[in-house]
Amino acid sequence: MSRFQFPESIASRPVYGTLEPRPGKAHLMIADAEGAEALLDLAVRDPALVRAAHIIYIPKGTGESYVPRLEMCGPAQFHVAPSYEASVPRLRRVLTDAHMGLQLYLAGTEGLMGQAMSEAIEHGLPQRSIQREHRGSVARRMQCVHCKGITEDVTTDPFVCAHCGLHLFVRDHYSRRLAAFQGVRVDAEDPGNVPDPVELYQ
Amino acid sequence: MSAAPQKAKAGGGTIDVVVRAIVPLNDLVTRFEFERPDGAPFPPFSPGAHTIVEMNDDGRPRKNPYSLMSDPSDTSHYAISVRRDDEGRGGSRFLHTAVSVGDRLSVSYPVNLFPLDLRARKHVFLAGGIGITPFLSMIAQLERQGGRWELHYACRSESLASYADDLTGRHANKVHVYYSDRKEALPLEDLLDGQPLGTHVYVCGPKGMIDWVKTTAADHGWPGDAVHAEEFLAPQPGDPFDVHLARSGIDVHVEPHESLLEAIERAGVDAPFLCRGGACGQCETDVIEADGELIHADHWLEDDQKASGKKIMPCVSRFAGKKLVLDR
Ligand code: FES
Repeated sequence: MSRFQFPESIASRPVYGTLEPRPGKAHLMIADAEGAEALLDLAVRDPALVRAAHIIYIPKGTGESYVPRLEMCGPAQFHVAPSYEASVPRLRRVLTDAHMGLQLYLAGTEGLMGQAMSEAIEHGLPQRSIQREHRGSVARRMQCVHCKGITEDVTTDPFVCAHCGLHLFVRDHYSRRLAAFQGVRVDAEDPGNVPDPVELYQ
Repeated sequence: MSAAPQKAKAGGGTIDVVVRAIVPLNDLVTRFEFERPDGAPFPPFSPGAHTIVEMNDDGRPRKNPYSLMSDPSDTSHYAISVRRDDEGRGGSRFLHTAVSVGDRLSVSYPVNLFPLDLRARKHVFLAGGIGITPFLSMIAQLERQGGRWELHYACRSESLASYADDLTGRHANKVHVYYSDRKEALPLEDLLDGQPLGTHVYVCGPKGMIDWVKTTAADHGWPGDAVHAEEFLAPQPGDPFDVHLARSGIDVHVEPHESLLEAIERAGVDAPFLCRGGACGQCETDVIEADGELIHADHWLEDDQKASGKKIMPCVSRFAGKKLVLDR
């Protein structure tokens, strides 16, 4: 099952819903990995909506498992990208040409949804035109508050910053602009006293 | 609830003004310009704000809201444009017929229930008839700030199109006027299509137009918070009725041509209000007892609140029945 119920947290932490078909003049859907399941569910509820949509899909570790099924929904445009970064030029072009009435459907990991959402808002898309449904990995995109480097797909707390090597504590404090959670040095008071990493949400 | 200081007087303070000019624009609409008796500047206002003009119409106090249409950066005067409504209860007719240059009136401090959303990347204004007024001050501000805007203005005929010449003369590329006597219709669907991301729509006009814009925009996928509307309801005349004000301990008779709020004020009770048009929520009053029917006319209360019979907006709503007791 690709769904996960996030525990209650501080106001800064994003919350996710379930994608609903909405009226609109254009429909852009972006998903990664198991996020495909949310789009497939949407296609069951409203096949015409998905046929009218432009889908950008990033399989990540899931390889070919979802691609044929998404294709079978018959989206107006279907683009498979090797990574979120690789899809950004296309996403930017779509958003630059977009008009009011566009609906954006995001599904999959927090990192993907957060980055695509911040890109869309940057282009002027109203937040209320964006829906998000979390599916799959609960890994987080983290920013180190010390060196500002971003570490993707963090699954343990604490973790090691991929840029400066500090051991960072995973906070729920979230930046919508950076689409990242905040990581703070865990052994600042007592250097070297680093707790054993545990899986997130364990 | 909010940290705002409590106002000493219902509806906020008032400003004494002198009528400095009366400019008829066409058969129905006249502009009134006010200055202060001592020539002092007016408090600044944000575009979209309205003021409530207090009138003494043949012994009957009237307080009617009008959008401020002057340039917000010019604090030497306030201007309103008033459409004469011969069927209405009188406030507009009083201004048109009984007020002369040099007369003294008092107006409320400006209140804004229809502000520009300055996060918008572009502003699209949709005006129906006299609904043009708030957009005049909005346009003045956006022109100064270099904001992006366009106006679509639906009028009955060329002779009744207040400010249309002036607007098209100054902003030929941004102003589009549609005359219904020439069978021209505001092409709402087309103009909602193709607006850049971040556009906000503002509509001011008759209720039918507002509903049309809201539903069409929603069908096109516009989120509700990018669609702004202002509709002042004029209090409608109705059958007379009696009301008991429990807190003040007095009985008031509401005449056919006055609102419940006006009757309460006439009895000397300082009741809260801001818009006097059923829009702001300020006058919301608890109903203690109602043996009869509350005739709700506001668009503030939710349907279930209206059905509950526990609340009334005295600025526009009335009552028919045996007994009404309000917590006022
Ligand atoms: S005074 Fe604004 S709703 Fe009655």
